[in-house]
Amino acid sequence: MMVLEFALITFLIVCAVAFTFSKRLLTSVIIFMAYSLIMSIIWLIMESPDLAITEAAVGAGVTSVLLFLALKKVNALKGKKDE
Amino acid sequence: MSNSNFNQDKKPNAHSKTPWKAFAGWVNGEYPEDTFEKPELYQVPEQAHGAHHQEEPEQPAPAVPEQDAIQAGQGHFLLKEKFTRFYKVYIVLSVIIGCCVVGVLAFAVCSLPPYGYAENPVNNEVSEKYLEDGLADTGATNAVAGMILDYRAFDTFGESTVLFVAVAAVMMLMKRSMNKKDEEGERLVAHETAIDKKDQNLILKYGAMILVPFIILFGVYVILNGHISPGGGFSGGAMIGGGLMLYALAFGHEKISKVITYRAFTVTTGCALLTYAGCKAYSFYTGANHLGGDIPKGIAGAIISGGFILPLNICVGITVAFTMYGFYALFSKGEL
Repeated sequence: MMVLEFALITFLIVCAVAFTFSKRLLTSVIIFMAYSLIMSIIWLIMESPDLAITEAAVGAGVTSVLLFLALKKVNALKGKKDE
Repeated sequence: MSNSNFNQDKKPNAHSKTPWKAFAGWVNGEYPEDTFEKPELYQVPEQAHGAHHQEEPEQPAPAVPEQDAIQAGQGHFLLKEKFTRFYKVYIVLSVIIGCCVVGVLAFAVCSLPPYGYAENPVNNEVSEKYLEDGLADTGATNAVAGMILDYRAFDTFGESTVLFVAVAAVMMLMKRSMNKKDEEGERLVAHETAIDKKDQNLILKYGAMILVPFIILFGVYVILNGHISPGGGFSGGAMIGGGLMLYALAFGHEKISKVITYRAFTVTTGCALLTYAGCKAYSFYTGANHLGGDIPKGIAGAIISGGFILPLNICVGITVAFTMYGFYALFSKGEL
């Protein structure tokens, strides 16, 4: 269990660093989704399933979709379907 | 700085296919050159730039002598160099400040009490009261639901209202008005709808067809069992909202906008919030005046138990689900 926790936290830190260093906004949002997913597993390990459910639904699902939409709104998504 | 070195090192090695290089390139926003051709969008500015440079000497340009042009070019170059130097200063400063913040936070973490220790400051009489008397006071086996919807119900009401106000603000900003025709926006929406119709998206459609019923059903389950098992109105509502988003993404807005109209959205969300406010007003009024109008708690662990927690969960769930879908619809299409 200890090994799993350390692996998860390491991956969390890698995600956070990669999130700041990525140059495309689309990539940043995808890394952010991975970050939220790992965070929800960590919440589950820390015995707060309420937060885990909310983090998975809001952090990885809804927020990312809204960020994608915002990127589309400001034309930051390159290579769209009609181009 | 190390950043520029990193870029210089990477350019010659771009063709090497080690996984780490590929990952770093992906993070840096590069397209793998062998497998994927750059979209023409990327090449257009370069071509235009080059063409501009070629045309520049050919122009007669009687008003601007050549000397001035060269000086202006030098000035531009000097400005650019200055800016680059400042940019490097910014990089160094940001690294130093970031290291300082990380150090302070790490130091603070070291002085925190151990996780889950019995004598931590969080384990005071308030949490003791909540955990010991929670089941008797609220009738909810899920202590968190008992806390946020009974002891601290006013906070949750504030959170739901904040969400509602946020979606109202988004509606004011994003909604295309009925009177003033926004032709550009309508043309864009029609264009995207036409593309979506032409493009079949079979994987998305079949995936959504299989997943959406289960997502929404699980959301309803989480809301209805909020006082028994982990979950509650907010998480279940977010799940239902996500399911509605997935459905709208796969099958277009036309079907879903027949069910969730503007009027249905406002009326349902408003009614849910008003029901919440009414329930809590009743609780506060009877509780403060010792009128004794207690809601029967029921058997702990049954679906119909826990007093007002179940209806409050349903109200919060409805508000959150509609709000999440409302954000999506307003951002993507400009109307519900």
